[in-house]
Amino acid sequence: MDLATFWFIVLGVLWTGYLVLEGFDFGVGMLLPVLGGKRYASDDADAEKRRRVLLNTIGPVWDGNEVWVLTAGGATFAAFPHWYATLFSGFYLPLLLILVALIVRNLGFEYRHKRPEARWKARWDQAIFWGSLVPALLWGVALTNIVRGVPIDANKEFTGNLFSLLNPAGLLGGLVFVALFLTHGAIFVALKTDGKIRHEARQIAGRVGIVAAVLAVALLLWIGLGDGKLASWVTTVVAAAALLGALAANRVGREGWAFIGTAVTIAMAVATYFLVLFPNVMPSSTNPDWNLTIANASSTDYTLKVMTIVALIFTPIVLMYQGWTYWVFRKRLTVNHIPEDAPLEPVSR
Amino acid sequence: MDATDLARWQFAITTVYHFLFVPITIGMSLIVAVFHTAWVRTHNPQWMRLAKFFGKLFLINFALGLVTGIVQEFQFGMNWSDYSRFVGDIFGAPLAIEALLAFFLESTFLGLWIFGWGRLPEKLHATTMWLVHIGTVLSAYFILAANSFMQHPVGYTYNAASGRAELTDFFAVLTNKVQLVTFPHVIFAAYMAGAGVVMGVSLWLMRREAKAAADDAQDVARTDAPMYRTATRIGAVLTLVAAVGVTITGDVQGKIMTEVQPMKMAAAEALYEPVPAGEGAPFSVLTVGSLDGSHANAIIEIPGLLSFLATGNFQGAVRGINDLKAEYAKTYGASGNPRVADVATAFVPNIPTTYWTFRLMIGLGIATALIAIAVLWLTRKGRTPTARWLAYAAVAAPLLPVFANSFGWIFTEVGRQPWLVFGLMTTANGVSPSVSMGEVITSMVVFTLLYGALAVVEIKLFLHYVRKGAEPFEEPQDPADRDEDAPLVFAY
Repeated sequence: MDLATFWFIVLGVLWTGYLVLEGFDFGVGMLLPVLGGKRYASDDADAEKRRRVLLNTIGPVWDGNEVWVLTAGGATFAAFPHWYATLFSGFYLPLLLILVALIVRNLGFEYRHKRPEARWKARWDQAIFWGSLVPALLWGVALTNIVRGVPIDANKEFTGNLFSLLNPAGLLGGLVFVALFLTHGAIFVALKTDGKIRHEARQIAGRVGIVAAVLAVALLLWIGLGDGKLASWVTTVVAAAALLGALAANRVGREGWAFIGTAVTIAMAVATYFLVLFPNVMPSSTNPDWNLTIANASSTDYTLKVMTIVALIFTPIVLMYQGWTYWVFRKRLTVNHIPEDAPLEPVSR
Repeated sequence: MDATDLARWQFAITTVYHFLFVPITIGMSLIVAVFHTAWVRTHNPQWMRLAKFFGKLFLINFALGLVTGIVQEFQFGMNWSDYSRFVGDIFGAPLAIEALLAFFLESTFLGLWIFGWGRLPEKLHATTMWLVHIGTVLSAYFILAANSFMQHPVGYTYNAASGRAELTDFFAVLTNKVQLVTFPHVIFAAYMAGAGVVMGVSLWLMRREAKAAADDAQDVARTDAPMYRTATRIGAVLTLVAAVGVTITGDVQGKIMTEVQPMKMAAAEALYEPVPAGEGAPFSVLTVGSLDGSHANAIIEIPGLLSFLATGNFQGAVRGINDLKAEYAKTYGASGNPRVADVATAFVPNIPTTYWTFRLMIGLGIATALIAIAVLWLTRKGRTPTARWLAYAAVAAPLLPVFANSFGWIFTEVGRQPWLVFGLMTTANGVSPSVSMGEVITSMVVFTLLYGALAVVEIKLFLHYVRKGAEPFEEPQDPADRDEDAPLVFAY
């Protein structure tokens, strides 16, 4: 296997890491108004405590999760400059939306708890909800479009616009991502909390999970029937089986297994995407001769060699300390763990 | 205004804004780590209070630096796709390595620091902030290595067949002589910014506490004024140490710049005609009127200083804009490089911008150092002064070095123009061909409005927490005998 192919696989791994990890914190963000809303909470004070439980399940880790996409972006730039250039300039407006969403969402996490006023918190709740929903949806639209092919000319330039991305398959991809992350996030909440909220999260996971399973199978079939290979059919089957396994485990209260199940589902969905894509990185729907491929979009061997050495040394270290963070914060949270909010007081002097 | 101008404005707005927060992050993470370590070593409550207080201010600032940094990782491809294609081989690697080595370190250990109270053993907890700081410095190293390549490309070869610059020596890119001096210059400047925030905030609070004590006829020693005085002085000392570092590295940088980008040095002084050796080119502190070289208009001039900045000799020869322009036209105009052809006649950056940002960078830096000296003098031997002007100094102390940082970057980036990569690719050749002007305008408007709103939120929040001052001391919980069912010490 040549180094460019190796880096194609590395990118698959980076996207898997990103979507598995940020996937659940997108899910938690989208569930904020649901699990922390009127339907489940007894009153406003209870709702606020429940929201804080949800936010604290991902509090120490969401930022580290997000670095996976920055690394994926950087690695695409370094290993496949043409892919990076075509993709990022071509998908300009969706990426702009994703950036804006991530900005307000992250500030929501950091700033929400810094003032006690209900209005302040409600605004950041909105930011967290939309900031989780929009990227979940748009990453789905974007990645699905990459796999299905987009208009690219002989100069490797994207020639479509925002609306050429909003095709049925792309939109279905977006919905699948949203449904999968909702399920994954609900199971994560069930895994990380205790008491009422834990059981309610499981209930939601069970319901949304079925929708996710139906949509995901439809999408993977659609993609597979277009360009499927034996290997991608295997990963499709594993993805479906893992999701069903996750839902079964969730039903009987084995949240750890259920979480592994949804994580495997997401990983296998990404694997399916990359297997279908191979050996292209961004097929052209205009003319197959103009496909961006692993070979014609990659950096030189020397750059790839440097990157490989650095990645082989540092990735294990990163995985170790990031894993350790999850270990430090492994305890389940309940509403009783949430400290009282600072009382509303004007600043003295 | 054409597509290139728009793309440049877009990049300038997002990048300058991002870099308002970065130097504060680098500098303050060091100071918070120092405070936290001082607590662990002495168990003197003031260090714990200062670590938590400045930790909170640090986080308010860090959050914006982080989110605006995500934009940076994407927008090379979004707005500068031809640039990304051309140098991806070289420029992408440090960016990817920055994410892998620095961003993971910063974000993971910052999460541990924020939520670690009462959960991590205290030594380990203090270590997490040091790791955050190391992350910020590593991040600076790699992104500056990438930028230094643009100023002075090394370790590459031009492949005519693929039409791309290709990496041949990564070590050379990391040890670019521009990089080796830019990195310490930027780090020292960042320390000035972080120290400026700590000095300014502490000074303001010290004055407030001391004044309140005086008004109520209380003993100042029993207020928080002495604690803030200590923090003020630590900020002031670090400001001065960093100022010395900035000066020394800046001096070396000037000489390297003269060597590799002589046009930038000429543009810094708006010097049109060369000054031969032995005559000594002066440095104008202030001028009036236009800087188009039609007539001399300096009000204050320091003889020989430009020669010294450029060459280390007050009599050294300095080249002028006009002769460099002629030389560049000859060298690059006839090079046949398609990425240069568009500017065969215009190799001059925007002179008023380079001229004034260069002076503002230096002037604001000097002003910051002067404040630090004054503060150290006035707070000597346990004094807690309350003079009114100190309140203004407290406001100026964080702002001046941050803006000095901005002006330094505007100078170095505008001074490189019209090059995107010096000698290899002009800026106009780097923009994304598939991105429409409407798209660039959309993103520029969106980011400008969003960033403006966020600045208001950030500053209000920051001031709110400054006014609140440090929280009272609470004996920290030993993680070993933590009650698993008790409320968290810190929670969102």
